[in-house]
Amino acid sequence: MAEKRIDEPTGTPTVGHEWDGIEELDTPMPRWWLWTLYATIVWAIIYTVLYPAWPLVNSATSGLLGWSSRAELAGEEEAERVRKAPLQLALSRIPIERLNENSRLMQAAVEGGRAAFKVHCVQCHGSGAAGSKGYPNLNDDDWLWGGDIKQIHTTLVHGIRQPGHDETRMSQMPAFGRDGILTPEQVGDVVSYIGFISRQEKASTAAQRGGKLFADNCAVCHGPQGKGDRKLGAPNLTDSIWMYGGDRDTLTQTVTNSRYGVMPAWGARLDPVTLKMLAAYVHSLGGGEDFLPEPVATPTPQAAASATPSNPAKSNVQP
Amino acid sequence: MSSPDDLTGPGQQLFEKRKKVFPKAIDGPFRRFKWLVMAVTLTIYYVTPWLRWDRGPYAPDQAVLVDIANRRFYMFSIEIWPHEFYYVAGLLIMAGIGLFLVTSAVGRAWCGYACPQTVWTDLFQHVERAIEGDRNAQLRLEKAPWGLQKITKRVTKHAIWLLIAVATGGAWIFYFADAPTLARQLYSLDAPYPAWFTIGLLTATTYILGGLMREQFCIYGCPWPRIQGAMLDEKSLMVTYKAWRGEPRTHGIKRAGPAVHQPDGELGAQPQYGLPSLVALASNPDNNPRVIGDCIDCNNCVAVCPTGIDIRNGAQIGCITCGLCIDACDDIMERIGRPKKLIGYSTVADELIAGNGGAPEPPLKRLFRPRTIAYFLIWGAIGLGLLFTLGSRTRLDLSIRQERNPIWVQLSDGMVRNAYTINVRNMEARPRNITLSIEGLPGAQIWTDAQSRNAASQSLPIEIGPDQARKTRVYVAAPERTRRDLTFAIRANDIQGGSDRENTVFEGPEGAQ
Repeated sequence: MAEKRIDEPTGTPTVGHEWDGIEELDTPMPRWWLWTLYATIVWAIIYTVLYPAWPLVNSATSGLLGWSSRAELAGEEEAERVRKAPLQLALSRIPIERLNENSRLMQAAVEGGRAAFKVHCVQCHGSGAAGSKGYPNLNDDDWLWGGDIKQIHTTLVHGIRQPGHDETRMSQMPAFGRDGILTPEQVGDVVSYIGFISRQEKASTAAQRGGKLFADNCAVCHGPQGKGDRKLGAPNLTDSIWMYGGDRDTLTQTVTNSRYGVMPAWGARLDPVTLKMLAAYVHSLGGGEDFLPEPVATPTPQAAASATPSNPAKSNVQP
Repeated sequence: MSSPDDLTGPGQQLFEKRKKVFPKAIDGPFRRFKWLVMAVTLTIYYVTPWLRWDRGPYAPDQAVLVDIANRRFYMFSIEIWPHEFYYVAGLLIMAGIGLFLVTSAVGRAWCGYACPQTVWTDLFQHVERAIEGDRNAQLRLEKAPWGLQKITKRVTKHAIWLLIAVATGGAWIFYFADAPTLARQLYSLDAPYPAWFTIGLLTATTYILGGLMREQFCIYGCPWPRIQGAMLDEKSLMVTYKAWRGEPRTHGIKRAGPAVHQPDGELGAQPQYGLPSLVALASNPDNNPRVIGDCIDCNNCVAVCPTGIDIRNGAQIGCITCGLCIDACDDIMERIGRPKKLIGYSTVADELIAGNGGAPEPPLKRLFRPRTIAYFLIWGAIGLGLLFTLGSRTRLDLSIRQERNPIWVQLSDGMVRNAYTINVRNMEARPRNITLSIEGLPGAQIWTDAQSRNAASQSLPIEIGPDQARKTRVYVAAPERTRRDLTFAIRANDIQGGSDRENTVFEGPEGAQ
C-alpha cells in the first residue's frame, strides 16, 4: 500500500500515497508555524471557557469570568454618573439666577446644555440655535418672554402655549382680519403703521390711519409705541428682528390670521438639572441678558390678565 | 540533475548562517581616533540632559529638553512649539544632506566612527575582549565545552553588556523630563511608567543591536549602506586595499621571498624561500623586482575587522570604513619593512592612476568637486534658511476662526453680529498683556462672550499667561448687511512689543456685495 520513498530530484520524502502515478511530497509546515497553530487552539479553548461563547437554546454560555459587553457599558455609565454626581448635585442646588456666580459650574452647565440642546431643541431651533420662520433665533438680543437666565428657564420649564398646562406662558393674538375685527383696508393701514414705526416705510396717510387703529387694537399688548411687552410675549415691532418676517405680505398675513407659536413645557419631560443646563446654554449664545431682581409688586399682572383675548380691555375685540 | 541555479534542489540554501566575528585588538592612529570619537559622542550623549539653561521662572531650566507632555522642545536658547516642528524637520533634512556631503567627501565616515551602532558595538567588543581575552582566546572559548570558566565569563560579559544597555536607555529618558527630578524618581522607584518602559525598550535594543546583532544590523538591517551606492563615486574616499601593490600576495611570511621576475611578467620557478630571503627583502626592499606583492596574506586585516570582511576583496557593503585594517596592515608593513598604507584611505580614481605609476590627484582638488560643492550648497542653503526663519519668527501669534453656525445674527438695533474664536499664542516664557483690535469695519464694536454688549468697544485687552495659548470667543457687531473684509490685529503692550494680524471676513444677511 502506502510506500514512502525519497523523491530524487528534490530530496524530499513522499507521503507514501500514489494516485495514477501522482505522488505528494511530504513537506510539513514549519515547526514554529505548527506550534503557533496549537497555541491558538489552546487559546481558543481557554477563551471560550472564560468568555461568553457557546450558543445555547435561549442564550449563550456566560463564561467563567462573567463578562458581558452590556455589563461593561453599564459599569462605564455608572462610573460616569458617579464622576458627574457632585456637579449634578451642585447644579440641582444652586438657584438658576445665581449660576453665573460660579464660573466653573456655569461652564459645565453650558457644555451640558449644548449636548442636551442637540437632542431636544434642534428640531425647531436649528443646530446653531438660529431658528427659522416661526421659531425664534436664540442667538440674538430680542426676547419675546424675557432674556435673563431665569426667564429663559421659566420658558423652558413651562413652555409656551402648552395646552393643559396652567403655568405655561400664555397669550393669544386675535385674528384681526379673519375674525372681522378689522377690514382688509384697515389691516393694510395697520401694516403701513408697523412699517413706519419699524423704519421700513416713510410716513403716509395710511400709516396715520393705521396709528389710530394700532392705538385702539394693538397697543394694549404691543405697547403704545409698539415696543412690545414681555409679560405677554408680545414682540417689539420697532426693532429689526421679525420671527415670521417684516415685509408687508407677511405682516398682513400676521395681522389678518394672528400667530400662535407653541413650545412644549419641558419641565414635564426633562430633569431639573438638564433644564438648568439648557437655560445656561441658551443664555450663553450671545443674547443673554443680566438677571435683575425685579420688584415683586407690579401692576402688569393685572394688565396681562386683562389683555388676554378672553377679557379684552378697552377694545372692541371679540374672542 | 539540478542546475546550480535551481534553488529548490538539495544543498541550495537561501539562508547563510552567521559567521561569528572575533575582532582582534589593534592599536594605531585610526584606533585612537575611534577612541576619541567614542569618548566625545558618549560624553555628549550622557552629559547633555544634565546641562542647565536659565529661562526664567516660567520655563524649565534644562538646556535640551523634549517636553512631550507640554508639547515643547527646548534646545538652549531656542524653544520650539509643535507648529514650528518644521525646524526639526529642517534639521533632519540637514542631517540627511550632511550625510550625503560627508559620504561623497570622505566615504562612510559616519558608519565607521560616529554611528551609534558602531560606537556601542565597539564598546561591547572592548568589554568582550576585557573579559574573554583577545581574538584567539575568544575563539578557544567558543570551541571549549561548557564549564565553570566559560559560564562565568559568558555570564559576566552579558551582565556588563546589560548594564551598559540599561545605562544607555536610562540616559535617553533624561532628554524627555527634568533630569535631576527623574533621576530621584528612578532612585526611589516612583518614576512614571513610560520612563521604565522606555528604559526597558532601549535596554533591549542596545543589548540586541550592540551585543548580539552587531555587524549583521549594518549589513542586513540598515538602509544607509545601500544608499551609499548612490552617494559614492570614483572620487570618494574609501578604505582601499591597493591591489596593484599587494598582488600577487604570498601565503605566509615564510614564503614572502623575492621571486625571479620573468620577462613575460609571469612568476618563474619558485626560488628558495626562507629566512635569508626575508632578511634580504627587509634590508633592501627596493631591489626586489615587483613580482610578488607586498601583501603577505597574514590575514591581520581580516582579524581586526569588526564586521569580519576581507578588505582585499574590494569595496563591499560590509565595510564600514572604520580604518582598523589600515592600522593592522601598517603594523605588519612596518615589521616587514615595506611602505605603509598598503591598505589606506584612497579613491578608485587615484588607485587607477597610482597603479599605472602616476601621481594621485591633490586632496583639495578631489574634495572640491561638483558633487561635494552641490551638496554643501544645498546643505548651507537649508541651514541659512532655518537660521533666517528662526531669527525672524514671531513670538506672538494670532489665529482667527469665524463661527459658522449661525454665520451672522441680526440684532434688534439693526446691527449684524458675527462671532469669532480668537486664538492668541504667547510663545515667550513670561505673561503678556496685549490689545486686540479690528480694522476695516467702520462703526464696529467688539466684546467677548464673557462680557455684555454694554462693554463693547473698539478694542479688547487680553492677558495671556507665559508660554501659553489663549482662546477667546468674541462678538463683532457692525452696521453692515453684506460681506466685508475684516482684519484682527494684536499688539503687545510692553516695551518689547510685537504684533500679528489675521484677515477674515464679516458676513451679513445679504451675502457678498
